[in-house]
Amino acid sequence: MSKQSFILPQDATDVLIGTENVSVALGGRQVLRDLTFGIRRGEIVTIVGPNGSGKSTFVRALIGAVPASRGRVRTRPGLAIGYVPQRLHIDPTFPITVARFLALPRRRGRAEIAEGLARVGLADHGRRQMTELSGGQFQRVLLARALLGRPDILILDEPTQSLDQPATAAFYRLIEEVRADLSCAVLMVSHDLHVVMSASDRVICVNGHICCEGTPTVVSEAPEYQALFGDGTRGALALYQHHHDHEHGQGGAPHA
Amino acid sequence: MLDDFLVRAALAGVGASIAAGPLGCFVVWRRMAYFGDAIAHAALLGVALSLAFSLSIQAGVLIVAVAIALAVNVISGGRLAMDTLLGVAAHGALAVGLVAISLTSRAGLDLDGYLFGEILSVTRADLALIWGGAACVTALLVWRWSPMLTATLGEDLAWASGVDPKRERMILVLAMAIVVAVSIKVVGALLITAMLIIPAATARPLARGPEAMAFLAAGFGVLSALGGLWASWRLDTPTGPTIVAAAAGLFVLICLVSIGRGRGRAP
Repeated sequence: MSKQSFILPQDATDVLIGTENVSVALGGRQVLRDLTFGIRRGEIVTIVGPNGSGKSTFVRALIGAVPASRGRVRTRPGLAIGYVPQRLHIDPTFPITVARFLALPRRRGRAEIAEGLARVGLADHGRRQMTELSGGQFQRVLLARALLGRPDILILDEPTQSLDQPATAAFYRLIEEVRADLSCAVLMVSHDLHVVMSASDRVICVNGHICCEGTPTVVSEAPEYQALFGDGTRGALALYQHHHDHEHGQGGAPHA
Repeated sequence: MLDDFLVRAALAGVGASIAAGPLGCFVVWRRMAYFGDAIAHAALLGVALSLAFSLSIQAGVLIVAVAIALAVNVISGGRLAMDTLLGVAAHGALAVGLVAISLTSRAGLDLDGYLFGEILSVTRADLALIWGGAACVTALLVWRWSPMLTATLGEDLAWASGVDPKRERMILVLAMAIVVAVSIKVVGALLITAMLIIPAATARPLARGPEAMAFLAAGFGVLSALGGLWASWRLDTPTGPTIVAAAAGLFVLICLVSIGRGRGRAP
């Protein structure tokens, strides 16, 4: 199961970004080996894995921040990537307003910025300092910035890691909303599976390599996944689906 | 007008400050003060080089400053303790520079000029170099402004936006080397970092955006240069240190004012 991918880049013409047998070494230590992956237009893919499994490194390889020691990253020419980092520390010596932050590195019009802020529920926050924002507001601004470029794909690296539970839930709801709006692909890295799994078309479980992948249900029942996350996460998964049903008032029996 | 040494000194101070202020903002934002020290102290090695090979002081300083800047920049990619390495580079360069100058120089060479600047003896040629260098640095900053800000905010954020943060850092470091080369006559090797950091730090409480902070830093730098020059003339004190003292005085003043204003305001 390990190396097989549901889509192989060579036979998928609508792959936006992908890797071919990519290995990454950091400081002489091999962090990722032989990863083949691709994400199609409009797809929602979640990458899960324990801490230190190389999920973030994988994302960094995709955006070009770390070089692949073997294999290659393929990007569709002209692909617009919206990237939301795990968290961003802005040094307190750096004065910057929300509006200015949104216009980096590319200039954005006033109307565009206002629209972007309204989209994430932060209209009228443009003149505030970035350092004054709450954790949840800060992540929303990062999301707004990622969306301003009209991305073909939104890449989120554990975007809610520093948020409390209500803020996390609100942030994920927001992602689902904007995704429905913009119909971009979403690649999300997560270790808190219980929040994202059911929204995903595919889940990829990474631990240095791809352990298993498939629909959320398939992965959550795969022995490789259970070996990594143990029994506890099945309860967490059920908990999430319950939450999800509750939040949106949709039908469907909770996962037991 | 340029015949008057005081006018030349004022122009030299203004030119160096205009370049150092905005660049100093990046030094403050990215916590590169020690890095600045390393490059500035390396300037003394450059002085030794120019004495040995009869180059102009600025040329020698620029060559060594660029070399040290690139070397440290390469090392910084590794996983070694950065402040320790920079400490070695800064103080090592200072000490080796002093030794090298004493070995290469003729008797009676005035070291103070290199350590603390000799703005009152700036020539027209120096002035051309200072303003040329300042124009270069300003042009670099204007050209790379947005990508540099993005890289300063976060490296991964930069990569994802199509900005190579390593390249931006390299440009920044080269700009620092140029500032060191043009400032050595103004405030000397020991105090160059002060002219990078103090005006930027002074500007911080008054600025709501990076551009405002850069302009204010340049303004405070110019103010310090002119004020320091005037004070050293009146008090008959060494000019370089007096300029830096004026900058520090402005910093304290602005701090007190902004603390006072902050009291009546919600955080």
